[in-house]
Amino acid sequence: MKCVTCRGPAVIDIRRQNANYCVEHFFEQCRRQVTKAIDEWKMIARSDRVLVAVSGGKDSLAIWDLLVELGYQADGLYVGLGIGEYSEVSHTHAAAFAESRGLTLRTVDLPGTYGYDIPTGSRAARRAPCSACGLSKRHLFDAAALEGGYDVLVTGHNLDDEAAVLFGNTLHWHTEYLGRQLPVLPARDGFPKKVKPLVRLTERETAAYCLLRGIDYLVDECPMAAGNRHLSYKEALNDIEVKSPGAKHSFYFGFLDRASNLFAPEAEDDREGLQPCLTCGAPTPSEICAFCRLVERAGGHQPEPVPVELGSTRTRSTP
Amino acid sequence: MKVILRNPRRELDISGPRTVINLLATLDLNREAHLVMRDGELIPGDAALDDSDVIEVRPVISGGER
Repeated sequence: MKCVTCRGPAVIDIRRQNANYCVEHFFEQCRRQVTKAIDEWKMIARSDRVLVAVSGGKDSLAIWDLLVELGYQADGLYVGLGIGEYSEVSHTHAAAFAESRGLTLRTVDLPGTYGYDIPTGSRAARRAPCSACGLSKRHLFDAAALEGGYDVLVTGHNLDDEAAVLFGNTLHWHTEYLGRQLPVLPARDGFPKKVKPLVRLTERETAAYCLLRGIDYLVDECPMAAGNRHLSYKEALNDIEVKSPGAKHSFYFGFLDRASNLFAPEAEDDREGLQPCLTCGAPTPSEICAFCRLVERAGGHQPEPVPVELGSTRTRSTP
Repeated sequence: MKVILRNPRRELDISGPRTVINLLATLDLNREAHLVMRDGELIPGDAALDDSDVIEVRPVISGGER
């Protein structure tokens, strides 16, 4: 295979573009797609202070690297979730990346600050681990962005993530979620501005970007996520993508172009009636926000040994 | 060739010659969900592999509720 730009030896083929790239022109392609996303949805201004939600995985480290390469001033925020060895290793990757580039990485330790880890806390609160984790991270990322005076919070959601969420929301017709599944959510009602500059890149491309850039990311999947629906939606969409390259892009961007506005009023209704949480001040439709309720139910429980091991997760894609 | 797989980590011996695309098909792995490396270097779908190669097949799918 030859690079579509220079005709030199290609290192990656991207079937949805019917194109192959050498290392240099693959980097150029990634920067171009991120720039296009930022410009099209007015995600980040040149003068903005940016906070990147960093997990130590490929997506968050790729977007942090790309933003710095593109000249943005971006700090990172890592949330320690207390998921055994997985959390320890993920923090190592995030910290090593920041140190190697002289970047600032802020860290919040969930067990140390709020008294629970995800394995123990989710069981105590009777929530699915991914639900407790997502709720905790969203709250802490929002709070850190606001308290730190950042103009925009960046997350590493990629095309696969967005297509899978759209697939799930459509399967179950969660119309209030469909109305706010956008690459940009403006700052309002006590929420920071949130953006997803990786929506034009697949996770195969963000992983390739990290490999070629020499970014040492955490390859192992979160052991708590094994078997969740989000992953099964991704697998289903990739089965379609193999037979119909470009299907994920067409599904997600077709939704943004032609359908998302139809659900906007419902999403707007869903956000009306928000008030400050009596405990922490975060916007909530109840007196006490979901995060503070989680802390109340999960905090203070003695951590129990949880069989968390790396590399022990999915079985579908193994031969 | 020696093929290293992740999640969980394990090794297989697969006969060559074959292409990257053919290797993934033999292993019943989705092309959109994996990258293939030889000696740590990323290689494209039409790269020819032989018995002396050491290959890593790296999954790229991740995420719980994000």
